[in-house]
Amino acid sequence: MTVMEQRGAYRPTPPPAWQPRTDPAPLLPDALPHRVLGTDAAAQVDPALLRRLHTELVRGRRYNVQATALTKQGRLAVYPSSTGQEACEVAAALVLEERDWLFPSYRDTLAAVARGLDPVQALTLLRGDWHTGYDPHEHRVAPLSTPLATQLPHAVGLAHAARLKGDDVVALALVGDGGTSEGDFHEALNFAAVWRAPVVFLVQNNGFAISVPLAKQTAAPSLAHKAVGYGMPGRLVDGNDAVAVHQVLSEAIAHARAGGGPTLVEAVTYRIDAHTNADDATRYRGDSEVETWRGHDPVTLVERELTERGLLDEAALQAVRDDAEAMAADLRERMNQDPVLDPMDLFAHVYARPTPQLLEQESQLRAELDAEADGSLGAGPHGPEGAGR
Amino acid sequence: MTTVALKPATMAQALGRALRDAMAADPAVHVMGEDVGTLGGVFRVTDGLAKEFGDDRCTDTPLAEAGILGAAVGMAMYGLRPVVEMQFDAFAYPAFEQLISHVAKMRNRTRGAMPLPITIRVPYGGGIGGVEHHSDSSEAYYMATPGLHVVMPATVSDAYGLLREAIASDDPVVFLEPKRLYWSKDSWNPDEPPAVEPIGRAVVRRSGRSATLITYGPSVPVCLEAAEAARAEGWDLEVVDLRSLVPFDDETVAASVRRTGRAVVVHESGGFGGPGGEIAARVTERCFHHLEAPVLRVAGFDIPYPPPMLERHHLPGVDRILDAVGRLQWEAQS
Repeated sequence: MTVMEQRGAYRPTPPPAWQPRTDPAPLLPDALPHRVLGTDAAAQVDPALLRRLHTELVRGRRYNVQATALTKQGRLAVYPSSTGQEACEVAAALVLEERDWLFPSYRDTLAAVARGLDPVQALTLLRGDWHTGYDPHEHRVAPLSTPLATQLPHAVGLAHAARLKGDDVVALALVGDGGTSEGDFHEALNFAAVWRAPVVFLVQNNGFAISVPLAKQTAAPSLAHKAVGYGMPGRLVDGNDAVAVHQVLSEAIAHARAGGGPTLVEAVTYRIDAHTNADDATRYRGDSEVETWRGHDPVTLVERELTERGLLDEAALQAVRDDAEAMAADLRERMNQDPVLDPMDLFAHVYARPTPQLLEQESQLRAELDAEADGSLGAGPHGPEGAGR
Repeated sequence: MTTVALKPATMAQALGRALRDAMAADPAVHVMGEDVGTLGGVFRVTDGLAKEFGDDRCTDTPLAEAGILGAAVGMAMYGLRPVVEMQFDAFAYPAFEQLISHVAKMRNRTRGAMPLPITIRVPYGGGIGGVEHHSDSSEAYYMATPGLHVVMPATVSDAYGLLREAIASDDPVVFLEPKRLYWSKDSWNPDEPPAVEPIGRAVVRRSGRSATLITYGPSVPVCLEAAEAARAEGWDLEVVDLRSLVPFDDETVAASVRRTGRAVVVHESGGFGGPGGEIAARVTERCFHHLEAPVLRVAGFDIPYPPPMLERHHLPGVDRILDAVGRLQWEAQS
């Protein structure tokens, strides 16, 4: 027997025919971010939508400016500004139906406010008087998430649960470019795609994770390209173009609502302010880069479109600015009042049924507060109103 | 009067029965995890659930513990009661951020508006000849996190009752299932499952007068065996099964130690920074004037869990417990 004959005798069975599970081509994002404002397509945009976006953008910008000022006055512990990213924040809030859910990160206060949250309640976490200032069920806004990307699997789980219950609900989850490097980002997208959960992921790629630029964050062609690896469509959009973000998100949400599964949307934008008021952005980026992006300002883009189409005169513009100013004045005034805190709240919501150990500690604190009140009525850090229930 | 025939059942069967009954009683209860569906779990605890309740109620998830627990958070936000399985103790570690940053805190940070009734089933502990990452005792990590309940059964009846209680709880419960007791048997009537009091009550498994062995989970049968062996040496040992580390039943433990005047804490997780230190401190604070000797600990060594061929040297066994009991004759030494 020759060697060739021996080989023939032991020829392994060929592998079963292999087919890709999904054709990747339709999932890939376009090469350039989707834009509407400044293109011919802008003429088709509904004036009512333009006006609505404009009003919210102006309010949003004013909110960012006011909140940043409040950090300087010591009224806010910290504020991660979304100046420059207002188009993403506003569009994220406006594309959702009332029954839908928003899952914000710590930078997305504005999206929560645009969704209808009381501006003061939305700042409770950042003010430091409690962790979450609102009932998440009331406006269907999950608590602002400080750990990166951990809110994404929550959005998947909620959307999945809603579908199991037969409810027509979509979840929209917000995350930054840095957050896409986290394991929870991967696990959330994978779960969402496998479960075909009605969820949309919006990455606000603002260029930096604190100081680390995107080039040191990922080697992917774009963050939207990551979608194809999970088997969901990736979409790339100009994150400063509120109309474009609104369009892309609306399509993704309609797709999810119709049972088509999740979409990953990358909005290319820029953080004009530092990471937070505690950050020095001049250490990692130059002024000229910031100025370039100022020339592509989300508020100006919409304002210009409205003006050019004759949809916004001086009086109407003033009315929008007055409305934003009134919101800021109200925010300032209410934030300047000292919050009244009840120290006994420390124990109120740890468990549904407090453990005996916590009941003991609760009695200890109550005794301390009583002693404080008896010993120096009206003085002390909490004062009499804070001392008891 | 008819006598109900008691059939022997294993702890794994009792846990499966608890899941089944909880799912039948409440459509909000969803079981999910890696291999829990078609396979019925690697320990067969979830056997038959997918068939009976469908894939949507007993779901095979992608292999991703943070994703499993993170998705469960969202499901609980929407009113479901997820019961997730972590397959093996050390496989739960990727889910720690979800557990600690979200599961444990959501009720607190939302001032009660968003409780998360999630049960996290963790097959845990050694003694089954598993290779590394399959035998960790992780309870100290969980008990150090406010907002979680930490529960572990040691008997077949408790496995059923405590798991029903855990699923019914409006708070997240880390439910530690001692792997080496999965096949332990007990006479048990599955048609009339026993009622169990709410989570947080310890139970005296064996009454005695000379010293108390304080233990839980996989070490309970070992302590009972040690108590029998100690009779030959004239020791009448009481064995307290904690059943729950959080909440901790100070009352039952302190009452026992006040009766006996001596105590040994027994667990297989490491001693340094382990549950025994906390328990010994609590006992000392409450029973100082009743104590005839310091509270001693018999724990696993402070080493990474050893390879299977050496694990018998690590796990607290009868001899090591008896040795500690001997050292309780404090006045003879000092």
